[in-house]
Amino acid sequence: MTALHRNQATRPQPASGAKPPFPFTAVVGQDDMRLAMTLTAIDPMIGGVLVFGDRGTGKSTAVRGLAALLPPIRAVRACPVNSADPAQCPDWAGITDPTIVEKPTPVVDLPLGVSEDRVTGALDVERAIAQGVKAFEPGLLARANRGYLYIDEVNLLEDHIVDLLLDVAQSGENVVERDGLSIRHAARFVLVGSGNPEEGDLRPQLLDRFGLSVEVRSPRDIATRVEVVLRREAYESDPYAFAATWGQAESDLRETILNARASLPKIQTPRAALEDCAALCIALGSDGVRGELTLLRAARALAASEAAPKVTRDHLRRIAAMSLGHRLRRDPLDEAGASDRVARAVSETLA
Amino acid sequence: MTWARLDLALRVLAVDPVGLGGLWLRSRAGPIRDVATTALAATPFDRPQRRLSANIDDLALLGGPDPVATLAAGRPIHRPGVLSTPALLILPMAESAPPSLTARLAQALDKGHHALVALDEAAEDGEGLPSALSDRLGLFLSLEGERSPRKLPRPIGRRTLRKARTLYPQVTVPKDLTEALAQLAARLGIASPRALLTTRRAARAIAALDGRLTVTEDDLIQAAELGLAHRALPEAEAQPNQPPEPPPPDQPDTPDSQPEEQDLQSLADLLIEAAQAALPPDLLAKLQSDRANRAAQGASGTGSAKSGNRRGRPLPSRPGRPDGQSRIDLVATLRQAAPWQVLRRRNDTHDRALIVHRSDLRLKRYKEVSDRVLIFVVDASGSSAMARLGEAKGAVELMLAQAYSRRDHVALVVLRGQKAELILPPTRSLTTTKARLRGLPGGGGTPLASGLATALDAALRARRQGMTPSLALLTDGRANIALNGQPDRVQAQADAHQIATAIRAAGIAAVTLDVANRPQPALAELALAMHSRYVPLPRADARAIAATLA
Repeated sequence: MTALHRNQATRPQPASGAKPPFPFTAVVGQDDMRLAMTLTAIDPMIGGVLVFGDRGTGKSTAVRGLAALLPPIRAVRACPVNSADPAQCPDWAGITDPTIVEKPTPVVDLPLGVSEDRVTGALDVERAIAQGVKAFEPGLLARANRGYLYIDEVNLLEDHIVDLLLDVAQSGENVVERDGLSIRHAARFVLVGSGNPEEGDLRPQLLDRFGLSVEVRSPRDIATRVEVVLRREAYESDPYAFAATWGQAESDLRETILNARASLPKIQTPRAALEDCAALCIALGSDGVRGELTLLRAARALAASEAAPKVTRDHLRRIAAMSLGHRLRRDPLDEAGASDRVARAVSETLA
Repeated sequence: MTWARLDLALRVLAVDPVGLGGLWLRSRAGPIRDVATTALAATPFDRPQRRLSANIDDLALLGGPDPVATLAAGRPIHRPGVLSTPALLILPMAESAPPSLTARLAQALDKGHHALVALDEAAEDGEGLPSALSDRLGLFLSLEGERSPRKLPRPIGRRTLRKARTLYPQVTVPKDLTEALAQLAARLGIASPRALLTTRRAARAIAALDGRLTVTEDDLIQAAELGLAHRALPEAEAQPNQPPEPPPPDQPDTPDSQPEEQDLQSLADLLIEAAQAALPPDLLAKLQSDRANRAAQGASGTGSAKSGNRRGRPLPSRPGRPDGQSRIDLVATLRQAAPWQVLRRRNDTHDRALIVHRSDLRLKRYKEVSDRVLIFVVDASGSSAMARLGEAKGAVELMLAQAYSRRDHVALVVLRGQKAELILPPTRSLTTTKARLRGLPGGGGTPLASGLATALDAALRARRQGMTPSLALLTDGRANIALNGQPDRVQAQADAHQIATAIRAAGIAAVTLDVANRPQPALAELALAMHSRYVPLPRADARAIAATLA
């Protein structure tokens, strides 16, 4: 606890002019989205989060808030991929300065229309032509290492870029073999994609590669909507005071995440839970075993966040929809929503 | 009326440009819009106004190392971009801004240093501001059908503005007004919380401009006209979005809470009236088509230009300058520079190994296969029995399932009543298509010519967006409504033929499915004029139709 407070006190103050991001815990409602993001913060191996739904529901606010809430990472100062110690720095970066500094957890935005070069990195053409040096210019994947990569409107992103991103996100390594370069560097990040389903769907192959998927909707009742407005305005008028008001909630959540990370390896997974996972996936007819694995990982992370000793049916029930909803075989003529189908299967198999 | 509102919009925007996001100004280019842009230019904003062009590249927008200057100087030279300093950005022809630009602008707006004035010149139904931007711009104004003002709007004075800006942070909104605003938004079917935020800010700015510290009902009404009215869904669409009635409180109502509730209700009613009065009569109908189409435009983001520069089959490289998007063809560049090395070295003082000039740079080009869009023209007239409308719906759904795996776009034109209607602009979204298809009623005349014309329009628009359109016509061919909307069988056939010829001239692939009980010779002729395949399907069932098209 004290270590945490110290940690908080020694956090690098943001540069003047940059205001603190909107606190993650102050996002009104959207419990599923916040739970999914918290789980990936506990266990990044769960994979990315896909947030599909209405505009202006705080998707990007939540990502930024979460990253700011996480403790800063310790990394080699000049390292382009945020390596934790000088030995891990890629040799092409030519790092000589072993100074280790604290950096905030990186959040990298990936804009639509980005070129493959910008994402993976490519030959530094200027240096190649002007100086005759074959150098690598790192891309967005390098910057996102050990942090978050946020893609707004992922459903509108060109398919080959999405393929590439998901591939790297799964392997944790970016491999560039082009323009006479052969470069590889660590690229472990949590992918957060958001989009509006009315503007186009995501290919099923891609959907399946996201670990969790949640639907967000604009709040429907007046009280919640008013609360959204009031909190936002309070934040805008004095971001520092607002951040201070939520300081306790933020540090509580940070502590929960850190404790959960520490206890994650000790969470027991009874055989019954494994069988439940399998039964659920069979009942839903989801392809492959990725569904089972994610379901289990997410359930373990959830158990860890609640300081439970082992995974129970209740944990599985609560994360079934977000782990499996996007893995169902899509039938374009079927009217029932994916979450309804999962809910039905859950109530039948895990009764 | 409009001019007063423009004046107010500019004043409000000047008070808090970043908080409001900006202004969406719908008007064709012309003297009327010039009045507005002149007034805009004269308004003393707290940040410089920068005009963007639609084809601005990443380097100019975001800044970064300048390849050409770097080459010339022999050391890295960085250039600031338009977004590097806080600015009031002005985007002309916003309706056709490419998705890559709108995405970057949306990101820049979210960072909170910029505001944007989008000049939307939407000429026809179905064009409009990309929703990523329209959602973020707090104020809307349409100058369509407006006449020149008798006297030009006078820009806000610097002193007045300064006073308002000092007051603005302290202006408060009574809680019941905020609630009324939220109710209003819910009843207008506005889902985005951003709309609430910006409208509330606009109300505060109006109060500040008036030298008051508390927002009044009047302020809120004026703000709603600028910030909420244009987002309203047509009532039919708004209905299902109605929020559930707030659950009754646990305690029995205290006598004094009841009237308060009613006050709130009547205030919301008042606001709705104001918002509706602010709307031009056809705006709701128009926005409906815009809304749907904006979605489709977004969806077309992946299948844009036919000759892209980043992927697909390689084409010969061409001279050009790197813009952060295209890739330099190194080999071609070196090949271009090689013969000149000896000559250039003579005049070179730096003793460089390789001297490359800007004119040597060669960029890679790729040919991209464009997306297909299938435009269904479905006869839902009275003569086409309801069963066959069902068949047509089935065929579209089956095609949709196939299109889903092939990533084709689908659009739907319906022949019904006096005039055909594009009920589904090109989309890849299953969700939207299913919803539209389900609610498709039948009955009335057969406006075949109008249907073909609508389809042709949609096809040409899709082609402009870089897609490859094709038509599928499902009808019994009994055209009985002429292009002018009058019931006249002879004229109707003649009109249909004329449009069919135009479709043929435009080179749009088509297939005609005859769903009448007996094949109609007239329809076969029409198909010939359209240069389309003619397939008589006396009793079409959905799977047969889908098989023909596949």
